[in-house]
Amino acid sequence: MKYVGKKIGTLIMTLFLVSAAAFLAFEIIPGDVVASILGTEATPEREAQLREELGFNDPPIVRYGKWVAGVFQGDFGVSYRYSKNMNEMMPVAELIGDKLPVTLWLAAISLVLIVLVSIPLGVLWAKSGNHLLDAALGVITQASMAVPSFFLGILVTWLFGIMFRFFRPGGYVSYQDNFPGFLGYLLFPAISIALPKVAMTARFLRNSMLTELDSDYVRTAYSKGCTKERVMYGHVLRNAMMPVVTFLGMIVAEIVAGSIVVEQVFGLPGIGRLLISSISTRDFPVVEILILYITFVVIFVYFLVDILYKVIDPRIS
Amino acid sequence: MKTCFHGKKKLCSLLFTALLVMAVLGGCADGTGESSGDNSSKESVTDSQGTASTQESTQEQEASGDMYGGSIVVGIQQDIDSLDPHKATAAGTKEILFNIFEGLVKPDENGHLIGAVASDYTISEDGLVYTFTLRDGVKFHNGNAVTAEDVKYSLERVSGLLDGTPLISTMSVITAVDILDEKTVQVTVGSANTELIYSFVAAVIPAGSGEEEGADPVGTGPFSYVSYKPQEGIVLAKNPEYWQEGLPHVDQVEFKIVGDGDTALMELQGGTIDIYPYLTNSQAQVIQDNYQVTSAPTTMVQALFLNNAAAPLDDVRVRQAICYALDKEEINEFVGGGTGSLISSCMPPTLKDYYTDLNDTYGITANVEKAKELLTDAGYADGFDMEIAIVSDYEFHMQTGEVIVEQLKKVGINATIQGMENSEWLEKVYNGREFDATITCLTSDMTPGYLMNRFQTASGKNFINFASPEYDEVYQKAQAAIDLTEKAEYYKQLQKILCDQAGSAFIQTPADKTALSNRIAGYKFYPVYVQDISTVYIVE
Repeated sequence: MKYVGKKIGTLIMTLFLVSAAAFLAFEIIPGDVVASILGTEATPEREAQLREELGFNDPPIVRYGKWVAGVFQGDFGVSYRYSKNMNEMMPVAELIGDKLPVTLWLAAISLVLIVLVSIPLGVLWAKSGNHLLDAALGVITQASMAVPSFFLGILVTWLFGIMFRFFRPGGYVSYQDNFPGFLGYLLFPAISIALPKVAMTARFLRNSMLTELDSDYVRTAYSKGCTKERVMYGHVLRNAMMPVVTFLGMIVAEIVAGSIVVEQVFGLPGIGRLLISSISTRDFPVVEILILYITFVVIFVYFLVDILYKVIDPRIS
Repeated sequence: MKTCFHGKKKLCSLLFTALLVMAVLGGCADGTGESSGDNSSKESVTDSQGTASTQESTQEQEASGDMYGGSIVVGIQQDIDSLDPHKATAAGTKEILFNIFEGLVKPDENGHLIGAVASDYTISEDGLVYTFTLRDGVKFHNGNAVTAEDVKYSLERVSGLLDGTPLISTMSVITAVDILDEKTVQVTVGSANTELIYSFVAAVIPAGSGEEEGADPVGTGPFSYVSYKPQEGIVLAKNPEYWQEGLPHVDQVEFKIVGDGDTALMELQGGTIDIYPYLTNSQAQVIQDNYQVTSAPTTMVQALFLNNAAAPLDDVRVRQAICYALDKEEINEFVGGGTGSLISSCMPPTLKDYYTDLNDTYGITANVEKAKELLTDAGYADGFDMEIAIVSDYEFHMQTGEVIVEQLKKVGINATIQGMENSEWLEKVYNGREFDATITCLTSDMTPGYLMNRFQTASGKNFINFASPEYDEVYQKAQAAIDLTEKAEYYKQLQKILCDQAGSAFIQTPADKTALSNRIAGYKFYPVYVQDISTVYIVE
């Protein structure tokens, strides 16, 4: 209990620091949000009116204070850029709530692909005494690790979208309209995200297993009469998974970051695209909440990894 | 260090283009694939209407029976800034709202005004009283007929008579809106201006609906609003009760935000988009096999805008030297494939009645000797350093900038490109006026005053700090003139002053290249910034 309390304390502290840093960054970088909203045709009166509406006449520290107070009360503020109608700006929570499922499902499918492919692959690789397979997997994983997701995204679009017509580039159906179709459109983007990570994880698992195979307990297990399968799956894999779980935790953080770029390439309306456009229009309330969200995901995943450790290795308490 | 013309970015895009070219060559040539999937609602509407509309949409090859039904997707680049037609300021938004809303009058594809909600209008001889006769049978999307009350409300809303804040600044001259009878509305203005009639394109909305328009837009246009999602786009449906017989053709149109140029290109390749305006030259070349690419003149003015208040550009000789140094033909060839129209002042040739050709002033190719001579006169024989601010998202302007940097080098001016985001550009350059030079496009509407107005010394939009008492004087005369030939004469004078004083180095009116999928026909080009989808139909 104390452990959880401490973790939550760290989480809040980190979120606070991150939000302050983001706020400061927005104060420093050039670019005026009011000008960005109104464009070149604005009259000075409208500009002044909007500046007042958005609270830009307060000093920065007051604005930040108001914002923090709002967040603590569960009020994430309203977007500067998007309005529900002329009197009411779009609440950030609603805006992000609409986009979040796209990114979450994309991340989930990518993670499932990574786990489903990389773990059997890693085990197969570790088990194989075959030099040819060993060398081939070595080359393939090395190559796919080296390709960045966004470039892979372009290649995938070109190959499967334009050449083979497996999917329509830029096609997208909303999850509210057609859920299976929605998942279908996420598959290829997910592959673009997953492929380099699969290679990394498989390689990592293989190395981890090879190290474990040299351990004393493996020899003991064999000598007490365990079959090779039993040694592999009962002992070695379990021990080898420890570092891999940590590694997967890091991968989840990377997926969240990677999806930002990949969404852009595939034209998916997720939070990645929202983040990029909000930064360029200086839509601070949206950016701030998105940054907090990403920070939260990363910290939370590490927290989950800690818990998983205990499940895998009962010795850790 | 010499700047290498083909930077890293160039190489990247070259590679990308190569990939896509391969894709086109390799990809299945007959695009029968699985296009849009829904050929569900293809009601065949009979001849009487069919023929009526073909007469209107002129250049169509055939009036083959089935011109109705289906849905199309139009790719757009920017998100929508407001669904309230009186509050929307972005050109990219207004061109979409054109399909939902109509004013008392609206532009046609020749740039002339035609009656819309009003069937007819008269302007009193002194130019102070406008009388509009409302058209019979015009209905809002909510089913209610348009009444004089609605027109009065709409005009009072935009002119500020309702609550003191004019939403459209040109309309603030309106002093009274009176309902003469249920089909006639009289508008009185404080000062005569023959260009004001163009402002009556402002949308007519139901009386009292101002508060809701942004959330649930209701107009009289050929399409009605269905849904909007930030970052995704806006969906419109056919207005079955549209007053123009036989229009629109398609049941549904989606304006889809397709992000930056490369993503748009991918989607064009994949066949997700039917119409995509504002192609770059290189994009146009890549997709030519799958789409008809058509160029049409626009009302935009692209220029190397010079800050007349920043040394050494405050010296007219220096500005003139820059005008001489530019090779506009080379720029047009490089960035537009030669499709732009070269200009030397701030008026697009599309405004035929007012435009005057001043290209002889500085020539359309570079005159290095003359430029150097002027620079020497001004005391800059060894040249000077200059920064050109450009919004880096606008590839067209960035490419123009690259060419200009090379051209200025020849006369000894050492220019560097300073790329920035749009929000920064607006703050620093456009509003803050802290810059040497910048490359951008100004978009005109159909009135000659729209672009010329900003170069008055005291104008809030005079971001180049152009200062000429003579210009201000002539501008006032142009505004006051009622006789059209006299007015045109004043506008020509204004263009000449701006050109002679080298207010900026005006380059071209770029052509708008639009990709049209082979499955559609009937698209009309307008010389103004609108996307009219009502005449588009699916041929398959």
